[in-house]
Amino acid sequence: MTINPDLQGRSYPAAEVYDVGREKIREFARAVKATHPAHFDVDAAQGLGHRDLVAPPTFAIIIAQRADAQLIEDPEAGIDFSRVVHADQRFTHHRPIFAGDRLVAELHVDGVRAMGGGAMITTRAEIFALTDADGREPVSTTKSSILVRGEGQ
Amino acid sequence: MSPTFEELSVGQDIGSRSIDVTRQDLVKYAGASGDFNPIHWNEAFATGVELPGVIAHGMFTMGAAVQLVSDWAGDPAAVVDYQTRFTKPVLVTDTTGTGAAGAVIEVSGAIGALDAEARTARVDLAVVFDGQKVLMKAQALVKVA
Repeated sequence: MTINPDLQGRSYPAAEVYDVGREKIREFARAVKATHPAHFDVDAAQGLGHRDLVAPPTFAIIIAQRADAQLIEDPEAGIDFSRVVHADQRFTHHRPIFAGDRLVAELHVDGVRAMGGGAMITTRAEIFALTDADGREPVSTTKSSILVRGEGQ
Repeated sequence: MSPTFEELSVGQDIGSRSIDVTRQDLVKYAGASGDFNPIHWNEAFATGVELPGVIAHGMFTMGAAVQLVSDWAGDPAAVVDYQTRFTKPVLVTDTTGTGAAGAVIEVSGAIGALDAEARTARVDLAVVFDGQKVLMKAQALVKVA
């Protein structure tokens, strides 16, 4: 199977809305063994000046990986998910994610590079919160590179 | 107490901790994150794709390692940027029912750089499993009061 080199520069528009719930923040925080009260206790979060529970720094991976799935599942992309290895990851937060946020993600394929029989694919998800005024506020930019291993790699 | 910018210096230690990981933790992370790749919970599948066994999600390790920084900063929202490269897998032994850890990850952090204008500190994390660094260039940028 070969990776389609024309993927570079492709974008996938924001699709479904992700509603950030308090229990999801608590569940994710427990799963990464976080204990900071701002993830669990609304009063503690508000005591730090936040409007609601604060998501852990890597929470945005849930939204980013949903956006990535559009690419990985795109039959034109030619990606075999069982041969995918996560190579690097970066989160840039324009503001924290809070419980109550309604988030959407736009996915951009920034790079496709052949490596051996496989390929390194770099994607960027621009995550926005929907605002009451039908607008969008930038929340996080996530970048990730995945290595799709070729045969024998 | 949250640190203040003036009391920080490059090279300063922010602390360390060790994180016990079990197969059950990986199942919990799979559920919480939505990443159900079987290499993180099924031995036969993992060895079938030429891995030495079940390995932790890279994002589990990245997510767990940054808690040291959140706690040091006093507010997880102070972590404005966080990045890493995944270089080695964390192999998690099946210890189900014994109460023992299947892997132990050692995390330590030190200030790598300071930006007086932005009032940010870059914390460089060393994340080690089985004597080897599993994350490279693991850096968290923290907004400091």
